[in-house]
Amino acid sequence: MKILVGIKRVVDFNVRIQVKKDGSGVELAGVKLSINPFDEIALEEALRIREKGTQAEVIAVSIGPADVQQQLRTALAMGADRAVLVETADALQPLMAARVLLEMAKRENADLVILGKQAIDDDCNQTGQMLAALWDRPQATFASAVELKDKTLRVTREVDAGLEVIEVDLPAVVTTDLRLNTPRFVKMPDIMKAKSKPLATVKLAELNVAAAPALEAVSYAAPAARKGGHKVADVQALIKELHDRGVLA
Amino acid sequence: MDIQRDVMTYDVVVVGAGPAGLACAIRLKQLAPAKTVCVLEKGSQVGAHIMSGCALEPAALDALLPDWRKTPPEICVPASEDQFLLFTKTGSWRLPTPPQMKNHGNFIISLGSLCTWLAKQAEALGVDVFPGFAAAHPLVEGGKVIGVRCGDMGVNKDGTPGPNFAAGVDIHAGTTVLAEGCRGNVSKKLIMEFRLGADSSPQTYGLGMKELWRVPPGRVKPGLIQHSVGWPLDGKTYGGSFVYHLDQDRVYVGFVVGLDYEDTDLTPFEVFQQFKNHPSIKQLLEGGEILSAGARSIVEGGLQSLPKLDMPGAMLVGDAGGTLNVPKIKGVHMALRSGMLAAEHLAEHGTSAGFDAAWRSSPSARELHKVRNIRPGFRFGLWLGLINAALETVTLGLLPWTLKNHADWSNLKQRREGKAIRDYLERTLPPRDRLASVYFAATSHDEHQPAHLKVLDTNICVGRCAEEFGNPCTRFCPAQVYEMVDDGAGKKRLQINAANCVHCKACDIKDPYEIITWTTPEGGSGPNYQNL
Repeated sequence: MKILVGIKRVVDFNVRIQVKKDGSGVELAGVKLSINPFDEIALEEALRIREKGTQAEVIAVSIGPADVQQQLRTALAMGADRAVLVETADALQPLMAARVLLEMAKRENADLVILGKQAIDDDCNQTGQMLAALWDRPQATFASAVELKDKTLRVTREVDAGLEVIEVDLPAVVTTDLRLNTPRFVKMPDIMKAKSKPLATVKLAELNVAAAPALEAVSYAAPAARKGGHKVADVQALIKELHDRGVLA
Repeated sequence: MDIQRDVMTYDVVVVGAGPAGLACAIRLKQLAPAKTVCVLEKGSQVGAHIMSGCALEPAALDALLPDWRKTPPEICVPASEDQFLLFTKTGSWRLPTPPQMKNHGNFIISLGSLCTWLAKQAEALGVDVFPGFAAAHPLVEGGKVIGVRCGDMGVNKDGTPGPNFAAGVDIHAGTTVLAEGCRGNVSKKLIMEFRLGADSSPQTYGLGMKELWRVPPGRVKPGLIQHSVGWPLDGKTYGGSFVYHLDQDRVYVGFVVGLDYEDTDLTPFEVFQQFKNHPSIKQLLEGGEILSAGARSIVEGGLQSLPKLDMPGAMLVGDAGGTLNVPKIKGVHMALRSGMLAAEHLAEHGTSAGFDAAWRSSPSARELHKVRNIRPGFRFGLWLGLINAALETVTLGLLPWTLKNHADWSNLKQRREGKAIRDYLERTLPPRDRLASVYFAATSHDEHQPAHLKVLDTNICVGRCAEEFGNPCTRFCPAQVYEMVDDGAGKKRLQINAANCVHCKACDIKDPYEIITWTTPEGGSGPNYQNL
């Protein structure tokens, strides 16, 4: 079987996000970029399915500028068999990303697409669901356990009330939650091996995907800084202050 | 625990992707392209753990990569004006700028960005650069260094392998180049094992702290370089400030405190924060925001503290040895030059033997010889130090004596009755405290791993140290890693917040009983400095 894993490059979770001075976006210059942590979990799960003995080819797919190859090399070092970069200079919104992934799933004849439930940059949590709808295949979102049986997948989902277990027929889309697994560390010899694994590049324009953004980002701003509190002398002063601020009538 | 380890073999393994290590790797590939070279870096990416002022003297970079100005690193502002100031609590006086501190023709850079940039050049030449992999132990066989062992990943707090355990790789190499920077943990072990410091004074250090600010428009003068001495330090304690004006309303502000200070109650972090709140600095920063912050020890011992730079199978380059020029307050050009010289030596002779002699007959050694007595002269206080510095400068270091250095930890004086009275201001600029500051270093350590700061005997902390020195670790650490907390039974115990550590190494240096050892945490842990 073929497992397609989506890899999105995001600002590393340790980085303190800074909004650009003109409010047009988030500062990326000199900032550490890494694989979206939920996508690492998706890749780990694909590798585990393969390591449990299922004949599977794991293909890492990313969308972005040419230097996203670096993150795809990391995916190859973790254990993906090959990688495809859909090259575009623009950041894609979830609907466009879903369309691109649909095209890739069709081209590759994928049996299973595993995606992170969301990317930690825009927190959209939409791409997996949109892909399943466009593909007209089942979706199992927020997976915390996955078990493959022939052509069906038993997925434990993290829902508000607890855990829900569902079965879906393949091909299907799975999106990963945090508890699904702990991704492995990349090993140094595997980084060397990854250098010779196949990494193909396709231009977005060649994919014949409608690529007009559906949303327009108006502005970005950092949350307002919290103002420090202060101590008051006694209860009277507290009540007066609450009155002054209009908290008490 | 019997662990199967992968072994990788290279002609040369470089420990540390700083200016010395990367210059060495690049030069080696330029001279001997067939040699296999790898560079290990404990930071999650190249540049994440490095910090410097930094006013770069570009001649060494010109020699290494003559075209560097065509595609300069991210931050690179030509120096425009030098100012050297003496601070009091309320004012400041201009002093003549010492000749070695003039920066005409130099560039204000971020050393982190320079290293990111150098790593790309190295990779283009075929060097394997491995960020996120920490060299934890030297591998020594038959009296010769044969490589390094990388730290294990995924170890539980109790030392047992966790579910995603990955054994560290052994890297075997014909030559190991130690370029770990100041107080490197592998270098420290090898300096002891091979007794490389037997003929030199103990190494001495300073603690540097730095912040990158974005300030309201119209305040910065790109290229302006200001240094100060004096307040908030008293006349007995060595140290000083730097303020470097960048472009785009950004400014570097920092402070270095000599770790040979005597007063156990001194808090270097507080000194830095006081400096920022001096009226002349506050008017620059007020209303701005901190973009990033960090702290790092720096080498201050100069020529007389320099250990022997070679041993069988390995060599020390840059501040792993200690080539920084203190009076010039510059180390990057020296690091680049020593890395290049090491590569040239290896390309010609194929062995580390003779590198120490080669370095000592190089222009770098002459540069350090000229200024060797300036930093130690400040032991006699700021004023005598400045007079001595002027004398040494006009005589070009030809005076016949060489002042010795003493280990920093041994200088700390025991607490006497009453504390020193400090002439401090009320602070208003952020960060409020050290924890708020650590936030700007974006430091992170997986909390499941064992604490990487090892304290030999915590009974000393609770007993002798509390009594004699009042636990200075709770003050000298710029990241508040060490705290004395109630143990729930009416006594105190030492709590180590290892996850806050910014890898500055001050504790390894200054602890008066020499019982704190800094070891490497999991590769990729630690600060994530941006543009420092």
